[in-house]
Amino acid sequence: MEEAAAKMPEQPAVKLIGWLSPYVHRAEVALRLKGVPYELLQDDMANKSDLLLAHNPVHKKVPVLLHGDRSIPESLVIVEYVDEAFHGPPLLPADPLARAAARFWARFVDDKLWKALWVALWTEPGEAQVALATSARESLTLLEAQLPEGKRFFGGDAIGFLDIAASGVALWLPVFEEMAGVTLLADETHPALCRWAREYAADEIVRQCTPDMTMMLAFLTPKRGMFMSTAKAMAA
Amino acid sequence: MAPEKNSSDLVLLDFWVSPFGQRVRIALAEKSLPYEYVEEDLAGKSDRLLQSNPVHKKTPVLLHGGKPVNESLIIVQYLEEAFPDTPSLLPADPYARAQARFWADYVDKKVYDCGARLWKLKGEPQAQARAEMLEILKTLETELGDKEFFGGEHGFGFVDAAFAPFTSWFQSYEKLGEFKVAEVAPKIAAWADRVGKRESVAKSLYSPDKVYDFIGVLKKKYGIE
Repeated sequence: MEEAAAKMPEQPAVKLIGWLSPYVHRAEVALRLKGVPYELLQDDMANKSDLLLAHNPVHKKVPVLLHGDRSIPESLVIVEYVDEAFHGPPLLPADPLARAAARFWARFVDDKLWKALWVALWTEPGEAQVALATSARESLTLLEAQLPEGKRFFGGDAIGFLDIAASGVALWLPVFEEMAGVTLLADETHPALCRWAREYAADEIVRQCTPDMTMMLAFLTPKRGMFMSTAKAMAA
Repeated sequence: MAPEKNSSDLVLLDFWVSPFGQRVRIALAEKSLPYEYVEEDLAGKSDRLLQSNPVHKKTPVLLHGGKPVNESLIIVQYLEEAFPDTPSLLPADPYARAQARFWADYVDKKVYDCGARLWKLKGEPQAQARAEMLEILKTLETELGDKEFFGGEHGFGFVDAAFAPFTSWFQSYEKLGEFKVAEVAPKIAAWADRVGKRESVAKSLYSPDKVYDFIGVLKKKYGIE
C-alpha cells in the first residue's frame, strides 16, 4: 500500500505555472510520465502573475512547480525533482556515468544547440546565415550521435531525461522553421534524429501535453521581429 | 551491481586557476578521494583532453577508469553518485536537492561571465557589469541569510563548493568594480572567510593576488589595457 503513494507522507497538490513554452512542456512530460496529477496555471508572460513573481523572484520565468508549499523553478531542476520526489518509471538512468552523460547532453541542448539553431533560424539570408546553418546542423549531428543504436529514445526503450531536455527540437523546431522559412533538421541530413522526433511527438503521454501547433504558430508569429533582434545580439 | 571502481583510477585534467576545476578539487578533497592531477596548457591542449571533451575542449575533465565526465557541476554530482559512501555535498531530501541545484546553476550562469565583463569592458558596459555583479552578490546574500553555509542543515554543501572558488576572485572584482564585498554583501564576505579556512577549499584555491595577476595576463592576451 505504502509503495503506491508518492514519497511524501501526505499528498499535497501539485501545480505548474506556465503556458505554451517548451520549458513548461518538459515539466509537464515529467509529471505525466510519473503519473502525478497536476493543475496547469496558465501564466501570460506579457503580464507575469503575482504568483509567478512570488515563486520565482530570481529569474521571473516559467515553469515553476508548486508542490504543497515548495516552489521549484528551472525546467531541468524540476525534472530531476519530479524524478526523485515521486515513484514511477525513472527518468534518469541508474548508472552514474550514464546520468552524467544525460546531464551533459541536456546542457548541450540548452547552452549550445539552441543558440546555434536560433541564430541560424533568425539571421537574415546571406553568406553569414548559410555558415550559421551549417554550424547548427553540426550541433544537431552531435546530439543525434547520442541516440542508442536501435532504440526509439535517448533514454532507450522509454522516454528519459535527455528526450525530455531535447523535446523542443522535436516539437518546437518545426514551428520555428516554418516561421523562419528555414530548414535545419531534415531526413536527408539527420535521418535518426528525425525518426526520434517523430517517435517523441507521437508518444501518447507527450501528445497530452503538446500544445496545438497551429495555435503555437499564431502565438509566436508576432514575435518574429524580437527573435531576429535576439539572434543578432547572440551572433555578435 | 559492478564493484566500486578503485578510486586511484581518478584523473583530473585541469587548469590551475580555473574556478570550475577548483570545484572538483574541493569535492574530491571533501570526499578524501585520491586522484592524479594533470595541469593542462590551455594554449596547447593535450590529445587526451581533446578526445575526452571533443564538444567543448575545456577543462575540467574527470577521467574515471579512463572514462570522461565533463562540466564541473556534472562532475561533482557524478562523484556523489559513483562514491555514495563518501561524505555527501547534496542532502538526501529531494526538495533540498532541487534548491541546491537551482542555486549552483545560478552561480554557474552568472558569476564568471559577469566577472569577465568587468575586466573585458570599459565605460557604460562595464558599469552595467558592475551593477549586475552587485545584484548577484545581493541575491546570493539573501539566499545565504544567517546560515553558516549555503548547505544549511547539511553543512558545507553543493552550492558552497560551486561558489567557493570565486571567493579568490572577489578582490579582483572589487578592484575592477570599485566596491567592497563586505559593504555590498557582508554575510557573503563572512561566508567567504569561513569557507576560505576550510581545508578542502584552502588547498584548492590560489591567492587573490595570483588571480589578479592572471586577469592581467588575460587582459594582455585580449589586448585590453
